[in-house]
Amino acid sequence: MKLMWFHLMPYTELPEDFREAHPSVWVDIHSSLFDPKRAHLMYNDFMDELEYAADCGYDAICVNEHHSNGYGLMPSPNLIASTLARRTRDVPICVLGNSLALYNPPTRVAEEFAMLDVISGGRLIAGFPVGTPMDTCFAYGQNPSQLRERYLEAHDLVIQAWTRPETFAFNGRYNQQRYVNIWPRPLQQPHPPIWIPGGGSVETWQWCAEMDYVYCYLSYYGYKAGKATMDGFWAEMDRLGKDRNPYRAGFAQVVAVAETREQAIELYTEAAEYFFNRCLHVDPRFAAPAGYSTEATQRAGFESMVKKAANAQTLIMGDKTNRALTMADFVDRGYVVIGSPDEVVEQLNALADDLNVGHLMVLMQFGNMNKQLTNYNTKLFAEQVMPRLKTRFSEWEDRWWPKPMEAGERADIPGLAAE
Amino acid sequence: MGEPEVLTIDVNGVPTRVWRKGRGAPLGFLAGFGGLPRWVPFLDRLAETRQVIVPSLPGFPGGERGHSLLDTHLDWVLALRRTILAAGLDGADLVGSSVGGSMAAEMAAIWPSSVRKLVLGAPFGLFDAADPPTDPWAQRADRIPGLLCADPETWKALKALPEGANSVEWPIEQTRATEAAARIFWPLGNTRLEKRLPLIAAPTLILWGEQDRIMPLSYAQRIAGLLAGPHEIRIIPGAGHLAELDQPDAVASAILSWMT
Repeated sequence: MKLMWFHLMPYTELPEDFREAHPSVWVDIHSSLFDPKRAHLMYNDFMDELEYAADCGYDAICVNEHHSNGYGLMPSPNLIASTLARRTRDVPICVLGNSLALYNPPTRVAEEFAMLDVISGGRLIAGFPVGTPMDTCFAYGQNPSQLRERYLEAHDLVIQAWTRPETFAFNGRYNQQRYVNIWPRPLQQPHPPIWIPGGGSVETWQWCAEMDYVYCYLSYYGYKAGKATMDGFWAEMDRLGKDRNPYRAGFAQVVAVAETREQAIELYTEAAEYFFNRCLHVDPRFAAPAGYSTEATQRAGFESMVKKAANAQTLIMGDKTNRALTMADFVDRGYVVIGSPDEVVEQLNALADDLNVGHLMVLMQFGNMNKQLTNYNTKLFAEQVMPRLKTRFSEWEDRWWPKPMEAGERADIPGLAAE
Repeated sequence: MGEPEVLTIDVNGVPTRVWRKGRGAPLGFLAGFGGLPRWVPFLDRLAETRQVIVPSLPGFPGGERGHSLLDTHLDWVLALRRTILAAGLDGADLVGSSVGGSMAAEMAAIWPSSVRKLVLGAPFGLFDAADPPTDPWAQRADRIPGLLCADPETWKALKALPEGANSVEWPIEQTRATEAAARIFWPLGNTRLEKRLPLIAAPTLILWGEQDRIMPLSYAQRIAGLLAGPHEIRIIPGAGHLAELDQPDAVASAILSWMT
């Protein structure tokens, strides 16, 4: 099992009364809540934390893209990834990812990912999310009725830009370019591994199977709520005659470890409550613009497997509008995997059993957690949890992992923190 | 009240529903936001003295997934032109509400001889940053009825699942109508219709629900100021954005007297 360290980069100083006084953390969050001088410190702490995770031996470090979002300060994850490429040596860098339909022309993504792949010596995992409605339709004004068509076409354009050796014309429905010929070209051939973060859409599962891409379910609500979705994914793989290689899938999980369970509860309660009650306080009016979900997905919503997943979300939305949740709720419901190293190992083994996921993205900085506590969580997990999970799924080959240049071929980078 | 005759026309290869009822000179109606999943009393009132012809807009109830073929404003305008011709409405009186109002205005502007007299009910297509329309796509589901109609129950009755209807397909059809409107009007509702309003020569009645919570009333004057032909503004008391649903009698009377 691969253990990947994922940073959302939340703004850590949203006010105490944020839930009550503000309608949404996303789309129309008020500018007065953002202090650039405080954010200067946050960004630098966050990048320190990612680099520290690399030093601690995590299999990869991960960043993602959000817009107008108080819990995700990375409108451009590529900027962060480029600094990570210079400040780390061997660790794969997972950008999960660039929302293809938001780039005009989409060859911008082909170029920037190729740059990252070349600079990092072939360590890039290229994520292509459709993107949430909040990011794409509202913050970026994309048409929900065209979003998926534009996304799929942009994907085709990027793949062609990466793989066709000659300059070519692209005559798409939404994109027309006379001269497509990106420089630089990606280092990994034919291109970096492609991972698709998505919700519980049947079409996305089918498409990942057809293209042989990794499907990632980046729920923040833990492995118990995520089970219905991952069951749906594996049922669809079975139906399509694909094997159950766990490395076909990725999953995100909030994890908090300490010496004992009691100590963990004491250490992480404030950050968890900040994360679930303030960071995930999203106005439901931005959640589901008509057209964002395909009609096939709407239909599937009436069928058993996906309906259970939808119900888990409904439960959460209900809670969110009615009351703030407490740490006891998060623990009961499995939103947070928490406890002593032994207890965390046990829960993550249960996660691996239940979800059959080979790429586990651990969220170890969450909410307003400071650098000291984040690094403590990161280090303790690396030392006492990770070694006991590494061998999970070792019988399977991970065909979706970066293939970097040999160490001896790569540039010497002066002044790395770890040296 | 009898049922309308139901015809099917071809629009870009998509079978499209046309309702027809009544006798007399033809009068076309293009529905507003959300479309017409069922026949409504307002159309009966028009059918008392006119042959009322109601073609569905692409993606609206009766219009299947026709919207998914339309990528540009030109695509939309041409789809509506084909609809008008196939429905037998070329040269007839034309009434459009909300989304349909915008399309009716385009027909009268681009093909002036295709519309005899025109009625525009709170049409989409304009955007004034100082007085913006409400965003109909960023709403909690429970707020929609009160935004579209003065009386939320009017909207709920329009959209309620009919006895015997497919409980999966019906809600999908309603969402599709909202999506179809988004496809042409996302994100601001602004198709720069203002540029084409001066081409409209047909006598035009501008109708507005006094309690329209989607399109600002100020747009009525703005539209009137740009029209080339004779025009008049009529405000309907007790009506919201879809005035014909809230006040079918008052709206039908205003239309019929304008068309005489």
